[in-house]
Amino acid sequence: MSAGAVGRAHPRLEGPEKVTGTARYAVEYPLEDVTYGWAVPAAAVRGRITRIDPDPALAVPGVLAVLHHGNAPRLSPDVEPELYLLQDPAVHYRGQLVALVVAESIEAAREGARQVRIDYDTEPHSTVLTADHPGLYRPEKVNPSYPTDTSEGDFDAAFDAAEVRVDATYRTPAYHNNPMEPHATTAQWRDGRLLVHDSNQGSTAVQAALAELFGIPRDSVRVISEHVGGGFGSKGYPKAAVVLASLAARQVDRPVRLALTRQQLFGPIGYRTPTIQRVRLGSDADGRIAAICHDAISQTSTITEFAEQTAVYTRSMYAAPHRRTTHRLVRLDVPTPFWMRAPGECPGAYALESAMDELASACGIDPIELRVRNEPTVDPDQGHPFSSRNLVACLIRGARRFGWGDRDPRPGARREGRWLVGTGVAGASYPARARASAATATALPDGGYLVRINATDIGTGARTALWQIAADALDVPPERVTIRIGDSDLPPAGVAGGSMGTASWSWALTRACQELRDRLGHHSGSLPPEGLTVAASTADEIRAQKPMARYAYGAHFVEVRVDAETGEVRVSRMLGVFAVGRVVNPTTARSQLIGGMTMGISMALHEEGLLDERYGDWVNHDFATYHIAGCADVEQIEAEWVAEEDSDLNPTGVKGLGEIGIVGSAAAIANAVRHATGVRVRDLPIRLEKLAGSSSFT
Amino acid sequence: MQNRSGSASIAGDERSSRVAFTVNGDRRELTLDNRTTLLDTLREHLGLIGAKKGCDHGQCGSCTVLLEGRRVKSCLIFAVTLDDCSITTVEGLAGPDRLSPLQEAFVAQDAFQCGYCTPGQLCSARGVLDELAEGWPSAVTEDLTGVVRPTDAEIRERMAGNLCRCGAYPHIVAAIRETAGER
Ligand code: FES
Ligand code: FES
Repeated sequence: MSAGAVGRAHPRLEGPEKVTGTARYAVEYPLEDVTYGWAVPAAAVRGRITRIDPDPALAVPGVLAVLHHGNAPRLSPDVEPELYLLQDPAVHYRGQLVALVVAESIEAAREGARQVRIDYDTEPHSTVLTADHPGLYRPEKVNPSYPTDTSEGDFDAAFDAAEVRVDATYRTPAYHNNPMEPHATTAQWRDGRLLVHDSNQGSTAVQAALAELFGIPRDSVRVISEHVGGGFGSKGYPKAAVVLASLAARQVDRPVRLALTRQQLFGPIGYRTPTIQRVRLGSDADGRIAAICHDAISQTSTITEFAEQTAVYTRSMYAAPHRRTTHRLVRLDVPTPFWMRAPGECPGAYALESAMDELASACGIDPIELRVRNEPTVDPDQGHPFSSRNLVACLIRGARRFGWGDRDPRPGARREGRWLVGTGVAGASYPARARASAATATALPDGGYLVRINATDIGTGARTALWQIAADALDVPPERVTIRIGDSDLPPAGVAGGSMGTASWSWALTRACQELRDRLGHHSGSLPPEGLTVAASTADEIRAQKPMARYAYGAHFVEVRVDAETGEVRVSRMLGVFAVGRVVNPTTARSQLIGGMTMGISMALHEEGLLDERYGDWVNHDFATYHIAGCADVEQIEAEWVAEEDSDLNPTGVKGLGEIGIVGSAAAIANAVRHATGVRVRDLPIRLEKLAGSSSFT
Repeated sequence: MQNRSGSASIAGDERSSRVAFTVNGDRRELTLDNRTTLLDTLREHLGLIGAKKGCDHGQCGSCTVLLEGRRVKSCLIFAVTLDDCSITTVEGLAGPDRLSPLQEAFVAQDAFQCGYCTPGQLCSARGVLDELAEGWPSAVTEDLTGVVRPTDAEIRERMAGNLCRCGAYPHIVAAIRETAGER
């Protein structure tokens, strides 16, 4: 590996296109004869459509068609209930997309959508998650396939016998992914073949779903996703836009552009479920935990089951001989929740890492020391060895860099003018996994190389990182390597999700490049004009991986200042130190980590889906009312990493960076707020009235 | 279910108007639906896809362009109101064969991830740099009589209307500060 591109900072390859406005996203390809779609949301929460009157919409000049369950092309019912769109009159939640207007212009489509008349037969609905909801049940498994409950030892007895006990319930609200680019698709049919430009996190899966839905061979569908304006989980699986656009393009026999509106991103594309989490920790007076229990409640829809794996984080994070985790779910008349950046770990870590802080206070020991004392030697869940575990290294390095050492642990002790100042810490972990993928590598007669894999760069820097990795695997300068990604015609690969992208894709690419080098070593004479290509797949290798606990780790350090009069919280400083295996490109790695941490600030202080029970829908469904962190909310934020070599992961030794930055971040902020003010906020977000209104607020 | 009214063309009636303005130095004459926003005009009629639609409601800043040199949200402006105006989009920020220093700084500082908010950030940043140079104060300017310095706090405040879900804010601030020649 003399080339040594891996580990070197490199600006992202598509940077010049992105800063000149020439990078094309899903609905930005030039097309003749294009039409525009506009989706129509249901106004009822639960019931059936009894009548659709498209005539007022069709009377709008420029409107070409109104698609609905009565006239839309038929889809296969066996693919995925979420995608069985415009096929039957049932309404499962308010905002469900029940019709689509297609028109010659955006303006006509929008006006047409306003004019579609729909009558409903409605039934009573239940849309609010409560800890004692009569519909609570135990799902068979939790996302993606973890056991629902786990238990070891005798939690109840050990908790009862513990010298120090924490028993607290934490709540998180519904969070909405809100990538800046909405779910958007351009679809066109030609000679029975479907071509879509789509905004997603993995077009191999979109291609497969479309083929099945429309009952056509996979190779009759091509999905191009060259540039994607973020997803954060919400584009990890095919969603409504791509199906609706494909239906419409078939119906009007012309290309259709469809972008969901911002408002339509608060429901039909998924969101992070609200959670209710009870955490119990029982320890001795020195903080050694004997008993740990995490009971999590979340919601799903009546359409399909999504069970957030909220308590899974607690299974492997800290040592304790007696432990239990449970998940319960309620089916409500709401949209189906789905992946949002670190599903499970993100809300779960908020609860557990807050509870750890409470335990540290109760024991009178430093919260970093508490975590060090409860560091496991093997995975407490399965008993497997850790491939590497550098949580303590992150905590220690972070403490030094942050200046944790001279902290006065008393809450509310530090005042600077109108500000109460406090600091907080939290741990973080996220699984380091890989999915089977395929790739090809080609040596070209001109001395260049072409590597191909259907990876997706949703802003992670994957394109650049894979290019660096391929160059090293080929042992050539990266300038000689061209990479192609983002097209379902390329070798199939898994989605950009679960922090598995780079690990999975680089594995296949590395194998293809290594094999190509071997072949070139035995090749004599000049290469044929099309070059020499080898293909590789990692399915067998990944299946043969030995069982081990593979996780990335991190530690968040936060300083907040809280206005003593108003309760306004500002995050003055945030430092994340991570153990993420090998870092391929420090430039894009840092961006991804601080991006996750920034979303953590947003989660802790700003974001909250507010449900109106009467209408069963979130009332704050735009950026004016659903607040995400803005430029002025992020004052000083830094991410760094400890050196980590882990040979039990994948050929490149990467652990993934996409989610670890958000895990634990909200807890660190809540812990800092408690240190600043003495007020423990157990229900996010930390809004000012929860502080200013509290009797213990100074 | 084809439209029974036949032709979909709505040009030439009371629902549309002729308008002429300059985009990135080129004069453009168009007949547009009166409801068409500047953003949709750029994207759907002029092939300038740089300006992005993040919300269509003036809430995210991803559609920011410069109108007579001042930053505006192009999703909130009807194009037919812009007769004789001059508009600059992200496509007009670069020189003929190289990026502008601001664009170079965005690439060098990795001031974006997915890039979807980036054209809006860039146009907004261009506006901020000009506002600072002209000495316009902001809500966080302490001395309203002196020179306004491009501190991080000034830049953060002035860029607060451009949301970035990827969280590139610190790098955006660094890129703008670098371009402003500070530190
Ligand atoms: S698209 Fe104009 S402000 Fe969001
Ligand atoms: S770079 Fe993705 S939203 Fe800003």
